[in-house]
Formats: sequence, C-alpha cells, structure tokens
Amino acid sequence: MKLGYFPGCSQTGTAIEYDISLRKVVDKLGASLDEIKDWSCCGATSAHVTNHKLANALAMRNIALAGKQGLDELVAPCAACYNRLVVSQHDTLSRKETKEEIESIIETKIEKEIKVMNLIELFRKIGYDKITAGKTKDLKNLNVACYYGCLLVRPADITKFDDPEQPESMEEVVKLTGAKTVDWNYKLECCGAGHSLSRRDIVLDLSHKIIEDAKKNGADVMVVACPMCHTNLDMRQRAMKREYKDHKDFPVLYLTELIGLSLGLSEKELGIDKHYINFKYKEPAVEKAAI
Amino acid sequence: MKIGVFICHCGENIGRTVDCPRVAKACAWFPGVAVSIDYKYMCSDPGQNMIKDEIRKHKLDAIVVGSCSPHMHEKTFRKAAVSAGINPFLVEIANLREHCSWVHDDIDAATDKAIELTKMAVEKVKHNQPLTTIEVPVTKRTLVIGGGIAGIQAALDVANAGYEVVLVEKEPSIGGHMSQLSETFPTLDCSQCILTPRMVEVYQHPKIKLLSYSEVEKVEGFIGNFTVTIRKKARHIDETLCTGCGLCVTKCPVKKKAYNSFEENLAYRPAVYVPFPQAVPNIPVIDETVCTYYKTGKCQMCVKVCGREAIRFEQQDTMVTEDVGAIIVATGYKLYSIDRKPEDSMLKGYGEYGYGKYKDVIDGLQFERIASASGPTEGEMKRPSDGKVPKKVVFIQCVGSRDESKGFSYCSKICCMYTAKHAMLYKHKVHDGEAYVFYMDIRSGGKMYEEFVRRAIEEDGVKYVRGRVSKIYEENGKYIVKGEDTIAGMPVVIDADMVVLATAMIAQPEASDLAQTIGIPYDKYGFYNEAHPKLRPVESTTGGVFLAGACQSPKDIPESVAMASAAAAKALVLFGSDKLEREPVIAKVNEALCAGCFYCRKVCPYSAVEVRDIVTRDGVVLKQVAYVNEGLCQGCGTCTATCPSKSIELAGFNNEEIFAQIAAL
Repeated sequence: MKLGYFPGCSQTGTAIEYDISLRKVVDKLGASLDEIKDWSCCGATSAHVTNHKLANALAMRNIALAGKQGLDELVAPCAACYNRLVVSQHDTLSRKETKEEIESIIETKIEKEIKVMNLIELFRKIGYDKITAGKTKDLKNLNVACYYGCLLVRPADITKFDDPEQPESMEEVVKLTGAKTVDWNYKLECCGAGHSLSRRDIVLDLSHKIIEDAKKNGADVMVVACPMCHTNLDMRQRAMKREYKDHKDFPVLYLTELIGLSLGLSEKELGIDKHYINFKYKEPAVEKAAI
Repeated sequence: MKIGVFICHCGENIGRTVDCPRVAKACAWFPGVAVSIDYKYMCSDPGQNMIKDEIRKHKLDAIVVGSCSPHMHEKTFRKAAVSAGINPFLVEIANLREHCSWVHDDIDAATDKAIELTKMAVEKVKHNQPLTTIEVPVTKRTLVIGGGIAGIQAALDVANAGYEVVLVEKEPSIGGHMSQLSETFPTLDCSQCILTPRMVEVYQHPKIKLLSYSEVEKVEGFIGNFTVTIRKKARHIDETLCTGCGLCVTKCPVKKKAYNSFEENLAYRPAVYVPFPQAVPNIPVIDETVCTYYKTGKCQMCVKVCGREAIRFEQQDTMVTEDVGAIIVATGYKLYSIDRKPEDSMLKGYGEYGYGKYKDVIDGLQFERIASASGPTEGEMKRPSDGKVPKKVVFIQCVGSRDESKGFSYCSKICCMYTAKHAMLYKHKVHDGEAYVFYMDIRSGGKMYEEFVRRAIEEDGVKYVRGRVSKIYEENGKYIVKGEDTIAGMPVVIDADMVVLATAMIAQPEASDLAQTIGIPYDKYGFYNEAHPKLRPVESTTGGVFLAGACQSPKDIPESVAMASAAAAKALVLFGSDKLEREPVIAKVNEALCAGCFYCRKVCPYSAVEVRDIVTRDGVVLKQVAYVNEGLCQGCGTCTATCPSKSIELAGFNNEEIFAQIAAL
C-alpha cells in the first residue's frame, strides 16, 4: 500500500521524532509513504488568519502537486496541516470560481480531489487488524489519556470523522496496543498553541491544566497526534515546574510512538529519547506463580 | 356558447405588471366570448355584482375570471355564478397573479402571458361539463387520539356538545405530560390540581368512551365515514372487576426491576403498577417483561391478594373497531433524549453535557418530578445521585432547539418559560441556593409571561447568563459547567451541584407511523402539518382529521387547550349537517374500457381505487374493473395519468378539456 505523505514543517524540525516514528511504524505495518515532491507550507498559523486566498493557495498547491504525482490519498500527520488541507480543499472545490482563481494563483491545475487523512484515519486505512497482528508487546500496564486538541476532528461538518465534542476514535487505536484508556475531561481543551510565542503565560496555564486533569483521572502517559500540542505539553513542562511548584514530569507521546512500542520498536528507534520528558516502557512485574 | 371574461386588477397586485384593459380587450376577440371587461377588485361586492349582471344581460353560459389563484377566490366566483344561474363548474380561473404578475416585471411580456393564460381558460371552459356536488353521509362520532391535556379538552368539548367521543390513549392512564408537571407558569398553580378533575370528568362522561392502554392500528374510510381499528393492549387485569384498590401494586415483590417512566426514570415501579396515584382509569397494568410469573410461572402474589379475582395472566391484546366521522389527533410530544447514542441518526446528541453519564445532569421533566409534591422526593429539592440538597443549580436553555448543527432548527417555545419557573421553584425551596440560567434569548411572549420571567430575575434573584455552555464535567464532586457570558465577553465557569437541561420538544417517535396510518402529512421533524399555517391551523389536509396540541409543533398548555377547543369546534361544524357536500372533481372509470390492470390502485395515494366485479344477471363474473370510491378520491389525477388505456377521467379535468387548453397556446 502506497500512501501520499505531506510532512509539514514541524516534521522536519521540532517534531522530527514524529516523522521518524511515523515512517518506521508505517513501514512495519507493510505500507509505504510517498512524500509529495517539492511540498511547501500548508498555510497554517499566520496565513489563514491574515489572508484567506493566500491560505487556500498555499494548501492547494500541495494538493495539486499530490494530484500531479498520481496520488489519491494523502496523510497529513500534523493536525494543523490536516485541518488546513481539508478545509482549503473543501472551500476551493465547492465553488468553480474559487477553484479557477486558486489555479491561476498557483499556476497549476488542480486535477482531482485528494482524500486527506489525519493520523487516525491513516491507521484506519492501513487496517486495525495489521496493528493487532504485528503486536509483539502488550502495553497493558499503561493508562493512556488520549488528547485530541482542537483541530484533529474539526471542523466536523467537513472532516465527517468523529464526534467533535466527544471523540473516541483515538481511544480505539490506543486500545489495539493493549493499553487502557482513561475517561478524562480535557481531551479537547485548548493547549494554547495559538499563543505559543506571544503569551507564554496563557499557554503554560492551559497546558498545565490539561496535564493535571489527565493525572487526576489516572493516566500514566498522554498520547497526542499533533506536533503543536506535543511541544506545549512536553517541552513546556520545565517552565511548568518553575511556575507550579508541585508539578511532576508527565510523559507525552505521539500516537505513532505508542504503536511503535507495541510493534516491538525501541524507544530510541522511535525517537522518544528526543522528548524533554523521558519515557521508558516498563514491563509489568511478572507474577511469581507464573515462574 | 356565450362566455364572459372578467379580468381583475387585484388592486395593484395584477395591475402593476399586467395591462388589464389590454387583456380584456384582446380576450373580447376570442371565439365564443360575448363580453370581456376588467375591474379593480373583481372579488368585491360591486365586482361580483358586475359578473352577475353581465351573466344575466348577455345570457352567458360560462365565465372565465382572470384573477388570483383558484385557491383564493374560485369559491367566491363560483358562488356568484350560481346565483346568476350558471353551474359552478362552468367557471374557470386564469391565475394572473401567482402565475403571472407576481413573478414577472416586464409589463408587455406579462400582459401577453396573461392573454395566453386567459385564452387557455376560455378554451377549457368551452369543454367543461356541468357537474353536481356529491353528498356523503356523516357519522356523528369523534375519535380523539391522545389523552393529554389537548385530547382531554377536545373530547370534553365534543362530548359536552352532545356527540359521542372515543378517546384512545396509549399509556395506562390519561393525563399526558401535564400530569407530570409540578406547577404551571405563569400562575404557579399546581398542575395536578387543575388537570385531575378534567381527567375524572372524561372518565365519568356518558358520551365519552375511554380506551386507555390502546393504540390506533388502522384507519379506513373518509371524512364523515371513518372506520378505525384500535388495539387494546392486554393489561392482564379484568377491567370490569378491578376496583383500583391497589393491593396488588403494594404487594408485588418485584421492586427494582423497572424504571418508573412517569417519574422520568428517577424511581422504580413494581411489575404490576398504576403510573401514578391519580391515574384515570385507576386500573393497574402487569408488565410482562419484568413480572416473575411470566419468567418462572411462580409468584402470583397479585392473584393471592386480589379480592376481586381480577388478575388475568393469559389475557391477550384485543381489537376494537369504531365508526367515527371525525378524528382529532392530539398525540403530543416527547423530550429530546440528549444521550450519547441518540436513537435517530438525525440527532447528534450533546455528549459534552454528560446527560446519562452524570446522575445530576437531568432534563426538564425530571426536574418537574423532583419539584412535584407527588414526585420521588415528595417535593423536596434533592438531587438524584445522593439525595443532597443542591446549593448551586445551573439551568441550560435551548439544548437541541435552535441548533441546526446538532439538534433542531426550530424553537421549542416553552423552555424559556419553564426554565424561569424551574429556577423560581428552586429558589422558593432552597432559599440560600444559587440558580443560574444560560440562555440565547428570552422568548416570553404571552399574557403575563414576560412579567413572570422578570419576577424570577428581580424578585427571586435568578442569575441569567446570556451564552452557551460548552461542556460539563465532574471534578471533586462538583459539576464544572463551562460556558460563555456573551454580554460580558468572558468565559464563565460554575461549579454546580445539579444541572437541568431544557431539551428540545420533539415529535413522538411513532408520530410518522401514525400519520401514515391516518393519512396526514407531517414535516421533516415528525410534527403534523396543518392545512394552512394561518387560516386553517387546526385542520390537516385530509378532510375530517383535525390537529390539537404539541403534535403539530411545540406549544404550552394554554395554546394546546385553545387548539383542542378549535379542533373540537371544527368536528362539530362537520356534524352540523346530516350530509356532507363534496366537490365532484373526482376520477371516474370507464368500465367498458378498463382492462383491470389496477395500476391506478397501486398509485392512488388515498387508497380510493377499489376492485369491482362485473357480473352477468346470473352472477357470473365477467371481469374485474377499477372503481373509484367517491368519498375517498381527492381528485389528484394520478390514476388518470397512469392508466395505460385512458379509461379513467378526472371530472372537470378530462383529456378534452386539457388538450383544448394546450391547443390554445
């Protein structure tokens, strides 16, 4: 199975381990990724709040390239990229005039509609049975808080993929690894990514609340599918320690890393050692009677 | 044949875009037209008199009126024609308003079109046959479906006028949702106190036959002549013997197996139960699904204690048929269950509010039961989870209403009022408690309604927050309600002890099935459609079937009662004469041509086509042909278009008439 891949800027920098673990896991599951050649910015962050046309043109350039490359489906592992690509494509293709205008801006013909997938849809596409079949490690002593953030399932009218208020699709995937998922309250709450650079205090407060709620509800680890969420929830824990004296380290993993662990890949192979908060999977203590 | 043409200006409605004098002038030259004139208001008294005078003066045989839609004034002009001696079916209307002036702006083109339209009508009227109205008898009995306040009111009104009523209620008792309410707005009088005397009145009324725990299975016939089949569900109690002593109910050992639906699942009920103490009729029902006897064949405690030997385990559902002339549908509403997994795919639910997950997140009817003196807490303000008195209660309006993305686009109309009432009742019972109401707008139109809401805010200190709630979750034993105050432009977080959701009023889940059984139209939400939103609000489009209460759209008690009385009046109008007059615009089969394929029967939306045997004098069946029931046929013409051998014709719209119209173009 060959799937189009739009890495996005984070995958090449701050979230390099997301890229590493994604490629390794997809490979392990018997599929391969075909990266869009000459891909460019998806239009997230500044473009879509400053200029609608620019944002759509940026996203649609990548869609058009994917079409030229003969791809029908495309995975955008970053939730922000996913959201931009899905929304821009919807906006652009729903009106003939907009499509023509965008085509003239990017000087490329948009040949076809591309099915854009987020990380969960990618696993759905590859097949949950493949994850179960390839499982070599049962992560049964892990209690996982699945964090969706704001963009992964939204806008629901366009993504049509999970309940935007009470999503459960990530839990489904996590359960395949044998891990338990916790019922918690902050799985959709804002991590503050929009203010990442300008109002660090707000980001700290919001991200801290998310981690606290996950802990309170019995989670040992949090799983995310967005590099921005990960940055705020992982990297900022040092600052949280300064701000909130009783803050204790709480590991935050990418969904790909959790699946990679269950497929038998090591923490190092998956790039988990690049996180600010260390995580090492501990096997459950073997009961004496079993020996 | 001498034809008169009358072109109406309809004030400016037609005259603005159609040059009426030019139309009248052009029409005067059509073959057969003896007189052609225009006038400002043809429907007015002088206008009608003009038509009558011209008919007499020119000895006209038929007339064509170029005016508004025949829906509007066909009757008016027919009446005028009749009084001047012309058969009403020799009057044709050319619709120059809806079909011409209102939809065009080019005066010249519109005038040309008006001339064409009138010409078509002239050609048609030349081929029209004089028809006479059909008379059908009337059964002066009424079926009322639904025993809520609307059904009760309608039944009492019809019965008090001296006509028999059959009242069918699917629950074991009449009373409906109103019997569940604690107090009613805007007067705060006790719902049961005003309702139960009515319920008893129904039960004791000599003209009312109450069929409780029964459902309508089949409706046949037509206005004035319906035959209704009703399923009487087995109570497993002999109704004629039971005195309603209630001993079986108190002695039944099954205590915690079935939720009490009257208490909105806030309490349990035994396997043999009466929904509530004031039930009418006060006869219990045995619930087969939880009764021990049906599972193990043992127990029979109820049999042992019943002094009247009224328990009948073997009792089966029975069918009853009733002949009625009118049907009043008053099946009411249901509250939108905002559970995570809604039964209907159209409903996306409000999982983020945690209804069904948190015991203290309840809906409006559950709050009514908690506030009710006869409820599970005997009127004490205690929350369902632990029975503690909630010190902070959040009320959320418009849950499912006015929400196109997740619920329904309509306004449920009564929630603003009952939420104000709920908050008020809460404050009256918990003086040191805090009540918050999240609202979008406050819609309190109605006598003393706005004053009532102001009283909640100003006298009882209920805090109103304009904005929506995004989510509710539990933290340290509190329900964290996160919302937005859109006036202050600030997020609001309230740690509540209990949350009450004013969920949307929706149609009964079986509403569309019943509509199909009766043959009445309903909207996409399952609410029944009235014949005209303004001028015929209590009639359905099916003759003889009337609507009352919340089955038509969300409404409160006074409105439901008003509608019920109106529906009763409409039924009584029907009973005012012994025979009903019907328009003769119906299909008629040419039996000599009919090949008996019965395609017409398959397509008829009113089930008006029957099979008739053509027999010789000796009783030998020669062939079977279609036969159109005059009472049922609504003259839609579907059969005439379907018939492969052209052997059905619609009176007033036969092929000759239609072709003449087309040829005139």
